[in-house]
Amino acid sequence: MRFLFKTDYEDDIRLVPHSGYFVSYGILLALLVIAPFVLSSYIMSQLVFVCIYATVGVGLLILTGFTGQASLGHAAFLAIGAYTAAYLQQFNVPFPVYFLTAGLLTGVVGALVGFPALRLQGIYLVIATISFALIVEEILARWESVTNGNEGMRVKTIQMLGTSVPRDSPAFYFLCLGLLILTIVGTLNLLRSPTGRAFVAIRDSETAARSMGINVSLYKVKSFAISAAITGFAGVLFAHKLSFISPEMFTLQLSIEFIIVILIGGTFSLHGAVLGAIFLVMIDPFLTYLKDDMPSVISGMAATLGAGKETAAHVQDKVAAIASANGLKGAIYGIIIVLFVLFEPLGLYGRWLKIKLFFQLFPLYKRATFKRQKIYVKSERNR
Amino acid sequence: MSYFRAENLSLHFGGLKAVDAVSFAVEKGEILSIIGPNGAGKSSIFNLISRIYPPTSGKIFFEDQDITQQPSYDIARLGIARTFQNIELFENATVLSNLLVGRHRHSTTQLWQELLFLPSVRAGEKAHRRRVEQVIEFLDLEPYRDKLISGLPYGVRKVIELARALCSEPKLILLDEPSSGLNVEETGDMSFWIRDMKTELGITVLMVEHDMTLVNRVSDRVIALNYGRVLAMGSPAEVQRHPDVVAAYLGA
Repeated sequence: MRFLFKTDYEDDIRLVPHSGYFVSYGILLALLVIAPFVLSSYIMSQLVFVCIYATVGVGLLILTGFTGQASLGHAAFLAIGAYTAAYLQQFNVPFPVYFLTAGLLTGVVGALVGFPALRLQGIYLVIATISFALIVEEILARWESVTNGNEGMRVKTIQMLGTSVPRDSPAFYFLCLGLLILTIVGTLNLLRSPTGRAFVAIRDSETAARSMGINVSLYKVKSFAISAAITGFAGVLFAHKLSFISPEMFTLQLSIEFIIVILIGGTFSLHGAVLGAIFLVMIDPFLTYLKDDMPSVISGMAATLGAGKETAAHVQDKVAAIASANGLKGAIYGIIIVLFVLFEPLGLYGRWLKIKLFFQLFPLYKRATFKRQKIYVKSERNR
Repeated sequence: MSYFRAENLSLHFGGLKAVDAVSFAVEKGEILSIIGPNGAGKSSIFNLISRIYPPTSGKIFFEDQDITQQPSYDIARLGIARTFQNIELFENATVLSNLLVGRHRHSTTQLWQELLFLPSVRAGEKAHRRRVEQVIEFLDLEPYRDKLISGLPYGVRKVIELARALCSEPKLILLDEPSSGLNVEETGDMSFWIRDMKTELGITVLMVEHDMTLVNRVSDRVIALNYGRVLAMGSPAEVQRHPDVVAAYLGA
């Protein structure tokens, strides 16, 4: 175990507490850089989605994890970013310009949503943000002159610096990775400065925050705006990756997926957003596997266990029916959320910290170390 | 003109007069205690000053400025800090980050500067940290610097809340029962610190307190309240001898 001997205030401000971080994050970065030249295009495409989801996850973490304001409306922010890009692109606006415009516009919309949200808390805020998302979805479907309604919009390939950046090229991947890294660094900077502290103070006790001179309303609006802007930026890349956008892509289910990203990753750390995004993107191939291979695997198992041919075929049909049932995805999401909230409220990153601590303290690890946080989360749940 | 002044301050909840036309003044650099039986309206006066409730009527002046209509976050910015009777700390944060929040009113950096963590932000952070360390030294909090609040005993939390208020470098500090829940020894420490706040840091103190030993030891003047009205005002000894005060505490 490493013991840090602090000799300067700088030691508490630095993003990298010790040289070990350079090694581990350096290796990670190197792997990410060589990834597009080694991995298959399918995995690269999944990685792009991980980057986009993680970016949204970081945005949502600022609002939900650090300021304590729940939101189920982030699909709408993503949609606003995506549609702004698609709309401006029609007029041959260059990529950097519409990228920035989309992010800033979404930030402004986020601030506007933040104002009515000032008077709402907890479940009521969730309902308000859902309503906002539904309104945006409806506007996208009805405002045909701008959004082309339910027929959706085509998004052309990015043109930047005289070259085109196709959506499956390494350059596009680096664009997404770059946005993610910038977002993470920016957020870390924010969290170690007065604004970030004000956010966390509002989450923990509004009364105390106010008595320390924090303008709670202003900072809540700021948090909404920053969170929305980040989501808007991600929306532009999301639109380019899909190359076609329509209102039914930005439904409540997408907002729930974002909640899953932060809830499963862990709501107290930015690592959580990235881990959650990886987890979420991996669910889809898993579901496809469930649909395609699971029935025959289970019937094969039934056959080896001694079931007759007819029974095995029957089992295969039944399993196939379950695996391709409508709404299975939603059900699995629901189960995952419930299980995580009950058994691992600190998420995947919390689990990783526990594993790390177990090896650091090897024979001396005690389970009670993390008990307090768990009790805290339990009392929070009843509020 | 007094440093801090409340004029005919009232707070009515329907027919209940929690605070009823209370007037008092605090001179610069003094320690003024408010005493009274439970429900006398002591904490309500604090909540009126820090704008948790708007007063039903009356006015509050600080440094000759009418602060009755200021929003609650502005009160802290003017230099009035407070502690709470039932500690309001940020539970799952370290002592250090709690104290740094106390520096909020002195932060001047803009959002975009913070996103890039420009040198100005870094310098600001170091300056805040230096001030926080001075308060930590003043209140002997060195052993707890990196501990989470949720794991600390009540007595220490009480001191940390005082520390957070001091970190904002207030001109006037409102202490709501600083000794509640503290043992005799801790109360003794508290009385030294309150004295030192006045003599070393030059902070004016307005305090609500039940512990008469502490009140006698630190106060320059005392106000006794009952049923939202002022019963007596004066030196600690005078107020304690006042027949109305004796009646309020012991029954007529």
